[in-house]
Amino acid sequence: MATTDIHIHHDVHHHDDHGHDEHHHEGNFWTTYVFSQDHKVIAKQFLITGIFWALFGGILSVIFRLQLGFPEANLAWLKPVLGQWITPENKLDPEFYLALVTMHGTIMVFFVLTAGLSGTFSNFLIPLQIGARDMASGFLNMLSYWFFFLSSVVMLTSFFLETGPAAGGWTVYPPLSALPQAIKGSGTGMTMWLVAMALFIVSSLLGGINYITTVINMRTNGMSFTRLPLTIWAFFFTAIIGVLSFPVLFAAALLLIFDRSFGTSFYLSDIFIGGEALPHTGGSPILFQHLFWFLGHPEVYIVLLPALGISSEIIATNSRKPIFGYKAMIGSMLFIAILSFIVWAHHMFVTGMNPFLGSIFMLLTLIIAVPSAVKIFNYVTTLWKGNIRFTPGMLFSIGLVSFFLTGGITGIFLGNSAIDIQLHDTYFVVAHFHLVMGSASFFGMLAGIYHWFPKMFGRMMNDKLGYIHFWLTFVGVYLVFFPMHYIGIAGFPRRYYTWTNFETFSGFADLNMLVSVAAIVTLSAQFIFLFNFFYSMFRGRVASANPWNSTTLEWTTPRNPGHGNWPGEIPSVYRWPYDYSKPGAKDDFIPQTIPYSETPESNLPHENELIKLESSNGHGAIIVEGKH
Amino acid sequence: MAAEIKLVEEAKVQAGMNPKKFALWLFMVSVIMIFGALTSAYIVRQAEGNWLDFEMPTMFWITTAMILTSSLTMHWAYFSAKKDNVEMAKVAMVITVILGAGFLVGQWLGWSELVANGIYLVGRESSGVSGSFLYVISGLHGVHVISGVIFLTVVMVNVFRLKIHSRSLSQIEMCTTYWHFLDGLWLYLFVFLLLNR
Ligand code: HEM
Ligand SMILES: [Cu+2]
Repeated sequence: MATTDIHIHHDVHHHDDHGHDEHHHEGNFWTTYVFSQDHKVIAKQFLITGIFWALFGGILSVIFRLQLGFPEANLAWLKPVLGQWITPENKLDPEFYLALVTMHGTIMVFFVLTAGLSGTFSNFLIPLQIGARDMASGFLNMLSYWFFFLSSVVMLTSFFLETGPAAGGWTVYPPLSALPQAIKGSGTGMTMWLVAMALFIVSSLLGGINYITTVINMRTNGMSFTRLPLTIWAFFFTAIIGVLSFPVLFAAALLLIFDRSFGTSFYLSDIFIGGEALPHTGGSPILFQHLFWFLGHPEVYIVLLPALGISSEIIATNSRKPIFGYKAMIGSMLFIAILSFIVWAHHMFVTGMNPFLGSIFMLLTLIIAVPSAVKIFNYVTTLWKGNIRFTPGMLFSIGLVSFFLTGGITGIFLGNSAIDIQLHDTYFVVAHFHLVMGSASFFGMLAGIYHWFPKMFGRMMNDKLGYIHFWLTFVGVYLVFFPMHYIGIAGFPRRYYTWTNFETFSGFADLNMLVSVAAIVTLSAQFIFLFNFFYSMFRGRVASANPWNSTTLEWTTPRNPGHGNWPGEIPSVYRWPYDYSKPGAKDDFIPQTIPYSETPESNLPHENELIKLESSNGHGAIIVEGKH
Repeated sequence: MAAEIKLVEEAKVQAGMNPKKFALWLFMVSVIMIFGALTSAYIVRQAEGNWLDFEMPTMFWITTAMILTSSLTMHWAYFSAKKDNVEMAKVAMVITVILGAGFLVGQWLGWSELVANGIYLVGRESSGVSGSFLYVISGLHGVHVISGVIFLTVVMVNVFRLKIHSRSLSQIEMCTTYWHFLDGLWLYLFVFLLLNR
């Protein structure tokens, strides 16, 4: 095979000039695996830390589900682990119960579904899918992980305090969270929560700034915005939302820190403890809620959008069909991103806000249902008559769509400010957000892991175990959260340690038991995943370069991409990422790197026009002429 | 056999903005969001009434003038560097650093003035929250100015080491942008506080 290469180089910095191969790591263990600036390694660091936290948060939830499902149980066997948090009567300490709920929420929302999800997939996929050698700044990227790591350490340490970790709910509303006299958890635990969150915000901002910069500035030739995979669009919007909303959480936390530690009264007023008035006066606790939910609501989309992007990609690939409504998908994400900033007060319908304001927020809130429905519609129409391959990743993506739908529908109930009077702070809300946010994003994350595992570790995960994992988790999640709707409508308030004191609530004990059993089974099912994950990392079937016959750029890299991702030139992009089952084409997929000039059989008329542009683009091109 | 012709384009040289500058802009956006949040909180709390009016310390007028001037000198330094007029750039940078540091000292004096007028970080009355806001907002801006002065100092040192000239401008460009931003931010805060006492 004779080849003639004509190289016309730009003055781009080439990593590849020194003949990269897979064993190019010049660094030692520390610079390669620990203080690495390579986006793929950083992504894996986020992933492993995220998995740790997911397990940790999951175990916390099972502990408090034990209390709710089996209030009479003897928990003496937990004493070796929980020590003084098990009371002499062998019950869970009520204040520790609150700490568990708080930390479960904080860990899942921020550490798992924000850092673990965005951190992993934005880092891993952005450079690989847009055709870049790395992030805009590898150094800031590394810092982003290490700030997250520090934040994790601080948060974890707070579990070992005598007064326990923060216990005022993941929303840390003052005055409860501001006054150490109020509950134990508002002492040092709360201080450490704030420190951890401040570090976390820094990490998120560093990450987000990097993602946006990379997407805008580092795309390869031909990768116009309309050729970006939907994953990248989703990560891009997520990062923008993060950069705009996390600083507001920072401001909220800052004022809270001043109230807690310096005696100011931004959020505190007229409080009596033990019959004595506190010196704090003049503040407004509702102010905190406004500031918090200005982040809090966008945050739920920070959690969800990456999962939606991931599932768009996986559903299109495994339906062997172009995604239905590519532009509508982008448009709806944009619309969701904008709306997410103007609906926050739907969390505050019953906090004494002006009811007129309430109706405005109600209107805006209900509008979100429109772009959300567009997305669901597009997923379903992509699946419709597709040539579906039920890989584990695909199953989890379909599961995501299901949760997004069931959970989204209850959002419409909650969005009505009048109905919310009954439902607010009940298990109905818990059911709503665990389905729409918790489970949907969690499934998106799992789908992403199953789908991109071959690219991350060069091996395949086991499908059979994947199926078992999926079905147990899918059924388990519904068994856990579906009954909560009934419990909530019946009026069970969330965050209560026990209901046995209330006659009204005694009728639902069996339902609560069911939920708890389902929660334990669901958590146990995750160990199947963990085994599969770590086993496959070393022993899995060796993956081919493009195991899913996918079109996007990451599958043009070697099986284990080295630093710089592509050993040679960065490939150029000639078409959008969803050319699946194109009529007339040889295969049922055409990678983005194939120019139209090579596919005359499947080109549409306007695509034939584009061929001219392809060759006139030839100024920085390498013409590889292969004769056999 | 048919010759296959394959066109592979190399990634283009980064058009548009230098990624570092772009990241700086994004950072400034997030800073705007922090102060946007704080000043919104200020308005919301003020609307609830029970609000102690305060006089803007005279020192704040002086510091405002200082930081405005320093923006001018910063730009002067930038232009001089661009024209390879190193001596001029040195002078301008030194003046800018002095003005920047002077701004911080002035803010501190302004706070003393407030204390003398009975406006404290921790108000004695329920209306004293206005004072708390004043301190926190100006203080957080001050923290950013500290970062700005550090950046200015780095650039000044590099000017003296002749590392900044017409072919190596990006650092001083970024510093100029950031410093103008801090100036503009203070101007916004100052006018905001003046109008919403
Ligand atoms: C159709 C769209 C949606 C509507 C109309 C909606 C509406 C609402 C409303 C009104 C509440 C407040 C309920 C209360 O506390 O009384 C709420 C809570 C919540 N929603 Fe949604 N929602 C929607 C979609 C979503 C999505 C997509 C997510 C996440 C990805 C989400 C996450 C949450 C969370 C986390 C909470 C509870 C926070 C807490 O109190 O701890 N929602 N939703
Ligand atoms: Cu919301």
